[in-house]
Amino acid sequence: MKDHPKTEAREALIGPGHTIASITDKISEIVLAPLAKTPLGWHAVMGIASVGVIALVTTIVHLVTTGIGIWGNNIPVGWAFDIINFVWWIGIGHAGTLISAVLLLLRQQWRTSINRFAETMTIFAVACAGMYPLLHTGRPWLAYWLLPYPNTMGMWPQFRSPLIWDVFAVSTYATVSILFWYTGLIPDIATLRDQTRSKIARFLYGTLAMGWRGAASHWNRYETATVLLAGLSTPLVLSVHSVVSFDFAAGIVPGWHTTVFPPYFVAGAIFAGFAMVLTLALPIRAFYGLKDFITEKHLDNMGKVLLATGLIVTYGYAMEAFTCWYSGSAYEGYALQNRLSGPYGLFYWALILTNCTVPNILWWAPARRNIWILFAVSMSVNIGMWLERFVIIVVSLHRDFLPSSWGMYSPTMWDWGMFLGTIGFFVAAFFLFLRLMPIIAMFEIRLLVPKSGVTGKELPHDHDGGAHSSGAQGAGAPAMHDHASRS
Amino acid sequence: MAAPKTTAIHGLLAEFDKPEALVEMARQARAEGFTKIEAYSPMPIHDLDEALGLKNKLPLFVLFGGLAGMAVGMGLEYWTSVIEYPTNIGGRPHFSWPAFIVPMFETTILFAALTAVFGMLIMNGLPQPYHPLFHVKRFAEATRSRFFFLIEAEDPRFDLAGTREFLARRKPLSIEEVPN
Amino acid sequence: MIEEQPIPSRATPQRADSAPSDVGTALPELAGKSGAAFWQSLEEVSGTERFQDFLRREYPDQAEKMLDEPERRTVLKLMGASLGLAGLAACTKQPEERILPYAKNPESTVPGLPLYFATAMPWARGSIGLLVENHQGRPTKIEGNDQHPSSLGATDSIAQASVLELYDPDRSTTILQRGRLQTYDDFLTELRTALNVQDAKKGAGLALLVPTIVSPTFARQMREVRELYPRARIVQWEAIHRDEARAGAIAAFGKDVMPACDFDKAKVVLALDSDFMGGGPEGVRPTRDFTKHRKVRKGQTAMNRLYVVENAPTVTGMMADHRLPLRSRDVENFTRALAKRLGIDVKTSASTSPQHDAWIAAVAKDLQSNTGASVVTTGDWQPAVVHHLVAAINEKLGNVGKTVRYLPPVDCLPQDKSQVETLRELAAEMNAGRVEVLIVLGTNPLFDAPADLEFAQAIAKVPLKIHNGLFLDETGIQCDWHVPGAHFLESWGDARAADGTVSIVQPLILPLYGGKSAIEIANAMLNKGGESAYEAVRATWQKDRPDAFETNWRRWLHEGLVPNTAAGAVSGTAKAVSGAATEAATGIEVVFRPDPTIWDGRFANNGWLQENPKPATKITWDNTVQIAPALAKRSGLETGDVVDVSVGGRTVRGPVWVSPGHADNSVTLHVGYGRTRAGHVGNDAGFDAYALRTCDATWNTVGVQLAKVGETIAIASTQEHVDYDIVREEVKKRQILRVRTVDRFAADPHSLDVEDRHHEEGETDWYKKAVQREIDNGSRPVGDYQWGMVIDLNACTACGACVTACQAENNIAVVGKDQVLRGREMHWIRIDRYFEGPEDAPRLHSQPIPCMHCENAPCESVCPVGATQHSPEGLNEMVYNRCVGTRYCSNNCPYKVRRFNFLLYSDYVTETLKLQRNPDVTVRSRGVMEKCTYCVQRINLARIASKRDQRRIREDEIVTACQQVCPAEAITFGDIADAKTAVSGLRAQPHEYGLIEELNTKPRTTYLAKIRNPNPELETA
Repeated sequence: MKDHPKTEAREALIGPGHTIASITDKISEIVLAPLAKTPLGWHAVMGIASVGVIALVTTIVHLVTTGIGIWGNNIPVGWAFDIINFVWWIGIGHAGTLISAVLLLLRQQWRTSINRFAETMTIFAVACAGMYPLLHTGRPWLAYWLLPYPNTMGMWPQFRSPLIWDVFAVSTYATVSILFWYTGLIPDIATLRDQTRSKIARFLYGTLAMGWRGAASHWNRYETATVLLAGLSTPLVLSVHSVVSFDFAAGIVPGWHTTVFPPYFVAGAIFAGFAMVLTLALPIRAFYGLKDFITEKHLDNMGKVLLATGLIVTYGYAMEAFTCWYSGSAYEGYALQNRLSGPYGLFYWALILTNCTVPNILWWAPARRNIWILFAVSMSVNIGMWLERFVIIVVSLHRDFLPSSWGMYSPTMWDWGMFLGTIGFFVAAFFLFLRLMPIIAMFEIRLLVPKSGVTGKELPHDHDGGAHSSGAQGAGAPAMHDHASRS
Repeated sequence: MAAPKTTAIHGLLAEFDKPEALVEMARQARAEGFTKIEAYSPMPIHDLDEALGLKNKLPLFVLFGGLAGMAVGMGLEYWTSVIEYPTNIGGRPHFSWPAFIVPMFETTILFAALTAVFGMLIMNGLPQPYHPLFHVKRFAEATRSRFFFLIEAEDPRFDLAGTREFLARRKPLSIEEVPN
Repeated sequence: MIEEQPIPSRATPQRADSAPSDVGTALPELAGKSGAAFWQSLEEVSGTERFQDFLRREYPDQAEKMLDEPERRTVLKLMGASLGLAGLAACTKQPEERILPYAKNPESTVPGLPLYFATAMPWARGSIGLLVENHQGRPTKIEGNDQHPSSLGATDSIAQASVLELYDPDRSTTILQRGRLQTYDDFLTELRTALNVQDAKKGAGLALLVPTIVSPTFARQMREVRELYPRARIVQWEAIHRDEARAGAIAAFGKDVMPACDFDKAKVVLALDSDFMGGGPEGVRPTRDFTKHRKVRKGQTAMNRLYVVENAPTVTGMMADHRLPLRSRDVENFTRALAKRLGIDVKTSASTSPQHDAWIAAVAKDLQSNTGASVVTTGDWQPAVVHHLVAAINEKLGNVGKTVRYLPPVDCLPQDKSQVETLRELAAEMNAGRVEVLIVLGTNPLFDAPADLEFAQAIAKVPLKIHNGLFLDETGIQCDWHVPGAHFLESWGDARAADGTVSIVQPLILPLYGGKSAIEIANAMLNKGGESAYEAVRATWQKDRPDAFETNWRRWLHEGLVPNTAAGAVSGTAKAVSGAATEAATGIEVVFRPDPTIWDGRFANNGWLQENPKPATKITWDNTVQIAPALAKRSGLETGDVVDVSVGGRTVRGPVWVSPGHADNSVTLHVGYGRTRAGHVGNDAGFDAYALRTCDATWNTVGVQLAKVGETIAIASTQEHVDYDIVREEVKKRQILRVRTVDRFAADPHSLDVEDRHHEEGETDWYKKAVQREIDNGSRPVGDYQWGMVIDLNACTACGACVTACQAENNIAVVGKDQVLRGREMHWIRIDRYFEGPEDAPRLHSQPIPCMHCENAPCESVCPVGATQHSPEGLNEMVYNRCVGTRYCSNNCPYKVRRFNFLLYSDYVTETLKLQRNPDVTVRSRGVMEKCTYCVQRINLARIASKRDQRRIREDEIVTACQQVCPAEAITFGDIADAKTAVSGLRAQPHEYGLIEELNTKPRTTYLAKIRNPNPELETA
């Protein structure tokens, strides 16, 4: 039960002077504010993002009507931006599930104020990721052939292919993430239903809330379901990026065929995910004045996660290089040499700088609480993780076994259109959510309120939950429930 | 709640501003022998589970869900690639079980997760667009800051005056009749 | 420049320019009109010049370019317009077999089964006999005629591509008088009137310009023309002429003879700047003969040895055991020095480097120890004296009569002057205004005549100019009359081979556009307008061989040659070589050579040839300024830099190609590019090197200036330009090419194996057992045949015929320069080229790469939809219909033999191209993967036959397209399960190996290692 040292736990995870009522109002007002009151900044961001969305739509139309020849892909580089961005987005998505599931199981209470945030990020990141495998095929209108369904051709998917594993993993991941996310939203939507003054809003939220009333019996099953989902999501999230890494590890291309891929892809995903959470959280926190809920302690913890995963990833690179050399294989050997000093060598060194060097500043405690440094580091990692995929995919493919078939790759405007387009789509969707749904899980935050009406008792939550709550019950006082004590 | 309405009202609703008051109320009501009772709170309160004696079987269902998923996954793969349409793929055996583990794993998770969510909703009788409590204005606070306790009129020990007096003993902020 | 690269519109017809390229802009009269008004206005403008111009083209110019953004509406408009106009003009005759149903099934045609007809492809230095595959009246595929001495069943890539030329939509389709539509009768009338004028003056004002005449019938007609018009000029012109060889022969023997070398009898061959294995159809037979003794097998200790002295790498040079890069200019002195050493009394020049002396000493010794069993040969581009010297050397070595025979020249109408000379006279005559009627038959002097003749100005002075050719080309457009030519596949004729053997050229299809062959035009001139080419040819031979003519005629047509027409050897001893050695001028020389793929430019509009990578450089769609690495370093040039090449006040501008193994201080320019009226494919590709060529220097000149312009051009080479040393090292490490000397091989045949060969332990036990179990319980069928292929690297000359043959057989799309630049060429078989040793004088190796049909195919296990699977007979099959195009298979293919339709490459629009397609092979659409199938359609054809007769497939029954075409017989295909087949025999050879086999892919296509036969004395040096 000694999940983390007391000193850390003692630090409040929520600003002083909050009651559960004030929390509810503060968070729901972001959503319930009348349209006219929507901040200008929000409109600005939406404006920019929608440009991206338009670019995305244009690209997709041209792509489907003309063929993926509009991209820079070629033989030998059959995969490029399409799969790079697929992996990049999927990776980003992982932080959400990690925060909402793994940290839940680890009883990390600091997760509560950022988990909604992260889960939402997951959903839209996975949506962006999902577009690529679909559209990168030569004949996207036949992509449904990857699904196992009875058909007159009598044909079925070829289950030895890592791409089929992808289909299963990613679709499962998307489904479970959405379920998890929506389940988490239900009580808060109910709050909005009861708080809103607009009839339409009440009808819509009412529909979505499905008649949630916060009955004790409901809470009871609800809690069970959440914990079970958390338990299921954890192996799932680990499997998804392992499977993604199989796309390469299961291939024979020098630079792909590596056993270290699954673990370091997973670490990389968490790395990338937390970076993206910070990238989004820092501005929004400042913008909507949520400093009371996303406190410096949160930033500090995220900084630590970033540092830790960064080190794992660095280790991954090291092992990769080592095995290339140790294998004594001419192909692996050259793959390494080509990464370090080939025509794309710069990308590799940029990757080392952004992913392995920069995050080390987070060893220094003040850096973890300085939003500017954190933001800089998170951006560096976002870029670094993209470079990592570029190095793995393009740099491995462009010079493989037969020197005669070596080639080069350069993206076209349509590659960029698609990439920036998905980013635009992601931001737009996220900001839409921001305006329509509570960005912080109110019902969970309520559990963190110091003395939320409970007199004379120390709140169980603010040490390692379960231990104390049970103790508290012994004292006959009511215990605020936190999920952890169930698991 | 599906039981036929025998009374004019749905029940009596007491409002509290402190969770432990609600918990205490629940304990008392159960001690008094009331059976058709329910507590409402803006956030989960652990002690209510034992105060109201709540249990649920969800974990069991989820286990079976998962096992079903596993069977379906591997079954599909075996049937399609060994029985229905075996083909020579790169000289690999028809039943390449190491490769088949991955999809099987994913279907296991998928089925389990679906069972968890929909099991929870079904057992909670959700979605439920209409509920008498929604007639009570103050009940809106149940999802914000207040704690409510309901004794239904269908409860055999329910009588309007007596029950109201029983509730009043706990000094709630208010007691309301919930119309049907 | 790249953007401006024209693209075969037939390869990508729907990719039109987004610029406002519609009928409106092409014909302003039509702008804004539509419906009835549109048609009316068409009538109105149909007379205008611009309309005619518009009409002549399949699409308006703007439709040519391939851009990334197709303007679909524009394209639709264009097609609509094109069709409308075609209908209006009603001029393009549809080939009849498409529109006439069989009332009675023609004798011996079985729908679905092809027929084969023997014919021949006329060629200036010796025609080649062909068998043409004919599907329901459509010639679809060219094969060699194994009866024919210059083919023996093989062809080169030009002959292969001639079928595409037949169906080229850019061929001229209408008879035009100064741009106006006319009928053939109009033409005949005008011709007649003009000739009547000439009758009076015995044809003093009449001139004919024709290619080198290899047709006895046409020669006969020309003689008759001479009788009618004694003073008429008949000028034969080939840009790739043999004037020097002719002069050399005359100097040596007093008369023109052509040396015919029997390379199969030679132990040692010395090629002095001679590409005897290249050069189109004429290279086929020498390749066959030479490679006969390259196919080293177990226990064999001897093979022939080839020395090559040349300035730029050619297929011959790539085969050399010892290759000496030498300025083309210096070959004379080299030869003199060699002759001297061989004891021939000739003057030599002082200047030969010690390195050369060592070389000469070694070669001389080798030649002397093989007297009577050696061949020394030189190229047509070497000066007369070298030919004379070579004659003397062969005589000295006692090769004459043994390995070297002298035959009368191929020309059926020998001239007393050199071609350049006669052309120069013609130009002079025209300038003097003494030529009143010029009839140009199938030549294109305005493109390929020496620049100093200023032919364009000369021809302008001729009152009546008549042009007959397949295309309305640079010359045709300047002539008053243009009569569409008839392709050799659609007209009657006859043609002589290098050894004199005559074949009857029989048409495979009626003229697609009512074209007229030169023979028909000649008939018209001879007042025999009524007589058809068919009758003309028969007349010639009836006269020549009257007895049992009808019977023989049928036999000749059937066999594809007229027996006993081969010329007998001419005896004669070479006179002594007099005259001093010409001091080799210092400075940079420029060397003109025919292009390895499009020859002298006449095939510039042939997409197959344009996209067939040049053997040594792997360049497509371009010619370059080829220079040595040393020269490049000195003058600070890199591949792709655009330079001005100027000599004698003339300048051409082109991109540099730094070519390892190229001679220093030498610049090689391939002619034939820079066409302006070739058609959509050939226009504006490359630069016109003819612009530097003058009458006195048609092959070679010195004092060249290279001036860097500052821009660069992307050159579409199918082998990416990678650091020379890296590639060399990696290729060695990876054992991709295994090379041994014949001595080492004889001593230790297995020295070529790499230790982890066939890596069985790569498979775990359960895996093996599981597969075995499935085989036992029948759930994994194993075919009666197991197909496999063995390629002998020692025989392959990298000529590239297999690439074109595969393209023709399998309906492979042409993608255009832009797509090749992006690495998207579609060839199912490619020929890799590697260098070994120093950049200045490397050894060149080549390796054909079709699909390996791996038994443990990495591509199959990663396909998510099972679109690529293994057949029971071991074929790695591609199911186009099932493919969704993830390209994972290509990523996972270690050999990168898979090709992806990134865009809609196949032409679904152009009618004539549809006629060419092989009906047994799917035309692949956009978004699917494709690759070599081992010609599965041929396998199945044989299987059907064998099942019908209830027997096994015979070994010789299945021949893949690449195997069939290969002049070197380097490719062997067959059933590897049957130990008696040739392919099994080769797989049992000690030097057989699989590419990257340590991956345990178990390739079905394997290689026989390259065995060199170096001269010990030179090997050390």
